[in-house]
Amino acid sequence: MNPVNYLYLAALLFTIGAAGVLIRRNAIVVFMCVELMLNACNLAFVCFSRLHGNLDGQIIAFFTMVVAAAEVVVGLAIIVSLFRSRHSASVDDASLMKL
Amino acid sequence: MSSSAVHSLWTTAAEGKLDKIPAPHIEYAQLAPTLIVLGAALIGVLVEAFVPRRSRYYVQVFLSVVALAAAFAAVVGLAAGGYGTTKAHIAAMGAIAVDGPALFLQGTILLASVVAVFTFAERRLDPEAHGNRVDSFAAQAASVPGSDSEQAAVKAGFTTTEVFPLALFAVSGMLVFPAANDLLTLFVALEVFSLPLYLLCALARRKRLMSQEAAVKYFLLGAFSSAFLLFGIALLYGYAGSVSYATIADVVSGSVQNVDPALAGTMGNDALLLIGGAMILMGLLFKVGAVPFHMWTPDVYQGAPTPVTGFMAAATKVAAFGALLRLLYVVLPGMSWDWRPVMWGVAIITMLGGAVVAITQTDIKRLLAYSSIAHAGFILAGVIATNADGISSVLFYLGAYSFVTIGAFAVVTLVRDAGGEATHLSKWAGLGRRSPLVAAVFAVFLLAFAGIPLTSGFSGKFAVFKAAAEGGAGALVVVGVISSAVAAFFYIRVIVLMFFSEPKADGPTVAVPSALTTAAIGVGVAVTLVLGVAPQYFLDLAHNASVFVR
Repeated sequence: MNPVNYLYLAALLFTIGAAGVLIRRNAIVVFMCVELMLNACNLAFVCFSRLHGNLDGQIIAFFTMVVAAAEVVVGLAIIVSLFRSRHSASVDDASLMKL
Repeated sequence: MSSSAVHSLWTTAAEGKLDKIPAPHIEYAQLAPTLIVLGAALIGVLVEAFVPRRSRYYVQVFLSVVALAAAFAAVVGLAAGGYGTTKAHIAAMGAIAVDGPALFLQGTILLASVVAVFTFAERRLDPEAHGNRVDSFAAQAASVPGSDSEQAAVKAGFTTTEVFPLALFAVSGMLVFPAANDLLTLFVALEVFSLPLYLLCALARRKRLMSQEAAVKYFLLGAFSSAFLLFGIALLYGYAGSVSYATIADVVSGSVQNVDPALAGTMGNDALLLIGGAMILMGLLFKVGAVPFHMWTPDVYQGAPTPVTGFMAAATKVAAFGALLRLLYVVLPGMSWDWRPVMWGVAIITMLGGAVVAITQTDIKRLLAYSSIAHAGFILAGVIATNADGISSVLFYLGAYSFVTIGAFAVVTLVRDAGGEATHLSKWAGLGRRSPLVAAVFAVFLLAFAGIPLTSGFSGKFAVFKAAAEGGAGALVVVGVISSAVAAFFYIRVIVLMFFSEPKADGPTVAVPSALTTAAIGVGVAVTLVLGVAPQYFLDLAHNASVFVR
């Protein structure tokens, strides 16, 4: 199968993730959409790796997974602490600092 | 290349047909600055685990300052050994560049971090809680604000000494960021310095809800922007078949040898190059805080603990501009006709946007945040120059700006009332009558931000605008001067407010700091005046350091 189709899929997933970040209101869901974007990047890396016949892209995909895991640790810690003090994880409620 | 090529890479390795894989050759001595800081950060984590709680603070402060000083000594040693000029080369199997701009920016980041760690360690500003001295950080970050567990933590005298290893981790990422010589290292370094910063933002002792909100905003937007950066990296990798800066630069400029069929196919696809380059730029401009990617800056600067804000404003900007310079000058010079108009636009709206919106601010930290956006615009004007003077002027500007910023935020920590720092501008009225010295020092920093002669801000702005004008960006210089004038208005307005209005009866008090914050502010004033009065030595230093290795 033509690997370029996977590129289109990666771009589509990335767009869905980006749209989700902008549209959704729950911090956890926003964060999941960011993870979806990172996974779209992984798909693109692996696909280009296949296209070019070198392994760089596959190695980078592993790095991305590790980085995404580290981001989950930090991100969930921050979101959970926000939820515990406000009883809400809505990004709209967090508006103490409006101009 | 045939579609089974990748598969065969695995199978031949499994069947033992390949020769031994050679071990990578790492030049540890030349990576010493980063390794020292990273090692100290790891030791800091162990200190948290094994050292008794009451002595952790002293051990952590000592460890951080010693490590940062040692790393700075290593940078100076490398520069003295000629690695900034004649022996500049690419180390660690092509991952890290050891060259003039990298060493200059690493030195700047390390010195700024030492000063920032001084402000982190300050424990005299808040009144003592239950007989324990407290710093600017939450007693226990995990306890809910206003809860019993928080009160118990304060009563027990807990302090979040984890801030020191977190800061060291962030610094180690920042040291790699401007030296990264492939896109993967760039991405990993970005995350290594961003993740600790997200956490540091959430750790304020006072106004904790605001601090947590700042952390959530910074985290979500930061993760969003780094996803864009990563997709940009994927597209550039697809375009060039490699993430190494040198290879991509060759492919972009069309001077690549032995083009295989797959590369020939992707090389012809300009969409990959243009969209990929734009997305990477987006990620870097976000970290720099340039309009239209600046939305996080005011909220995060306002909500984060003020010492962290100073650290972030100074060191992040230095690291991010270093990476931006290297990307534009080393990787994408072949398409400068494509990126220059875009960067022109970004620089113009950043300068004007930052300066104009800052006028309406009523909070001193938000005001400094918008001022930092305007300064990002001025630095971008130097970046656009695309000549050697452009690089050296940006290096100089970053060095000058970072110390002024840390000093200014250190002064902000001193002006306090019952609720902690009094950041609303109305409370600063008449400060000059009540405590002339603090107000005078802050006035010096504001004048440096405004770019008044005899301060470092003037030398920096002059160098940047001169480089931009020589680089054919005269219109940009005109916009820069206009927005400098706009910016000068609100800096001067704060000075007028401090010195020429009556102090209020219930106004804030100025806390007497320990030697730590005094040293941070003193260094800020000294650097401001030295770089303003006698900048030539440092301009020469930046000039000698202004050649990127390819």
